[in-house]
Amino acid sequence: MIRRLALPTNYAVAYAVKSCDVDVIAAYPITPQTAVVEKLSEFVADGELDAEFIAAESEHSALSAVVGASAVGARVFTATSSQGLALMHEVLFIASSMRLPIVMAIANRTLSMPLNIHNDHQDMMASRDCGWVQMYVSSAQEAHDSIIQSYRLAERSDILVPVCVCYDGFVLSHTYEPVIVREKDEVMEYLPRIDRPNILDPDRPITMGIMALPDHTYEFKYQLVDALTKVPKALEEVDKEFEKRFNVSYGLYEEYMMEDAEVLLIAMGAMASTAKVAIDRLRSRGVKVGLFRPRLYRPIPIDSWREAFMKAKVLAVVDRAIGFGGVGGPLFNDIAALFANDRDRPLILNFIAGIGGRDVTVKELIDMINMSFKVIERGYVDKPCIYYGVRGLEV
Amino acid sequence: MGCVIREPGSSVRNRTASWRVFAPNVDRSKCVKCLLCWVFCPEGAIEIDEDGFTKVNYTYCKGCGICANECPPKAITMVK
Amino acid sequence: MIEVRWHGRGGQGVVTAAELLASAAVIEGKWAQAFPSFGAERRGAPVQAYTRINDKPIFDRSFIYEPDVVVVVDQSLLEADVRGVLQGIKPNGKLIVNTNYSPQVLAKKLKYEGEVATVDATSIAIEVLGRPIVNTAMLGAVIKSIRVVELPSVLKVLEARFKGAIADRNVKALIRAFENTAMEVVKVD
Repeated sequence: MIRRLALPTNYAVAYAVKSCDVDVIAAYPITPQTAVVEKLSEFVADGELDAEFIAAESEHSALSAVVGASAVGARVFTATSSQGLALMHEVLFIASSMRLPIVMAIANRTLSMPLNIHNDHQDMMASRDCGWVQMYVSSAQEAHDSIIQSYRLAERSDILVPVCVCYDGFVLSHTYEPVIVREKDEVMEYLPRIDRPNILDPDRPITMGIMALPDHTYEFKYQLVDALTKVPKALEEVDKEFEKRFNVSYGLYEEYMMEDAEVLLIAMGAMASTAKVAIDRLRSRGVKVGLFRPRLYRPIPIDSWREAFMKAKVLAVVDRAIGFGGVGGPLFNDIAALFANDRDRPLILNFIAGIGGRDVTVKELIDMINMSFKVIERGYVDKPCIYYGVRGLEV
Repeated sequence: MGCVIREPGSSVRNRTASWRVFAPNVDRSKCVKCLLCWVFCPEGAIEIDEDGFTKVNYTYCKGCGICANECPPKAITMVK
Repeated sequence: MIEVRWHGRGGQGVVTAAELLASAAVIEGKWAQAFPSFGAERRGAPVQAYTRINDKPIFDRSFIYEPDVVVVVDQSLLEADVRGVLQGIKPNGKLIVNTNYSPQVLAKKLKYEGEVATVDATSIAIEVLGRPIVNTAMLGAVIKSIRVVELPSVLKVLEARFKGAIADRNVKALIRAFENTAMEVVKVD
């Protein structure tokens, strides 16, 4: 019996967490994430989910509580957005360096000021170097399935790194769409309980949360670097196992119409979904354009990205976040760094778009692609970072 | 600049009366001038006339009904 | 694909109506999307919501600028901002309005040419629900005018969403509006 429901991504995430049979949820409400933990507290109150629900007094406390619960071996969950994620900042690094398999959902929302509840990726980009695995999804179904995959990935003994699943606030979090709900018995077969070696257990005493000096800290940090390098291959395996059971897989990235593409649009999250409509329209007129949607953003699957990008003439990187005072947006910086030592490489254009929930339309994406083709004709890029759509600004 | 509105009181241009479905109606024969409605009105749309009775500023009243709910002698009713 | 843009005011259940329509399409095995466009959530402020329905997956996640259908849940919005409400409506589009005017009279008032459906959803809601929450009544008008989902699917969704007497009353409001919706293709001469 397949349950196909109309759910917003917030609920799709909550249903996934319920199917994963988590033990501890600690959270603090923040728009546009609130509905996730509202739904989960409902599941707990109704006896549908046997979990400890901690209504923390802040996001800092919420993440600290799941760090503690994870340290004793519980399967844990939290969720946040924007200012909430910013308030968790110092604990993010503690969670990853303690190698705790926490899973967190993030409904991406811009950072204040001005006070704005709508979507861009600034919140996660401000935390992108925190050592967590970071996935960006583009549909409610993908969010639902990615939460389940995240536990499988995080709890692997060769990984043990916290994972966050990012989805655009409102554009995904509040949009009702069809979701096939994975049932708990099937999910639990995919996600068996594993006895983790490093947990606080009176029968096997260990010390956690240590202090280290300059002669050891670097090596501890490198262990996390090393674990992250194993993530792409591990996620591929996790994804293949998922496909065997649920007949759907997502890969580390999505490639769309990339064969013979001269301009390659690179975008993450919901706007990459809209971009497919733009690309269909241009392809029907014979325009050679494709889309590359990173799903796994941290760690970057370096070799696959390079290989995918090398064939194009121009990469049009759309960032839904601003790299204040830098060369361009964060995704653009990553992609530019990929080619730091290459003589032959595609030109790279950076479009900043969708800031503070500004709609990114099919028409605008087509316009960005057309601008990128002009760069091919010209043969050079004079201004790599374009603040697309700012009122009163000539581009 | 700096997320600042430089003009004080610019919110008076936002005439929120259009949000209303029901409007409060004050029955002066029942009003005891306690001014609780004036205290509780979230919009500041309750004014006091020269006789000390409360009256509603219908340019801004959003029709939320809090005044009618709080009025001890039930002098305020919500009418369409 | 059918794209519906809903115009209402906070508290009238516009977002819920958009969701219920999408949910009805989903239980029929179709693909659908429903999402709100909020300013700040507050009772009485103008609100838009969107529904897309298709027989294959929907990738476009931008707002709806050229709707096939415009639903006006609060007539005062037409008085306040008629151009904004009608903006981008397709030439063969449908306009569905909560009003006690007939389609003919309303279209003349708006100088609007095309297919118009009207229903007095406010009176129905006050009579049946006791409150001016017109979303389920307007949903009845919408499925009467555009037949994009079947009536039983919508009733099923309503019964899952609401409980007991509230569900019964909403079903009643929806069916009454469904029966009382007037439709006409209006030419302006």
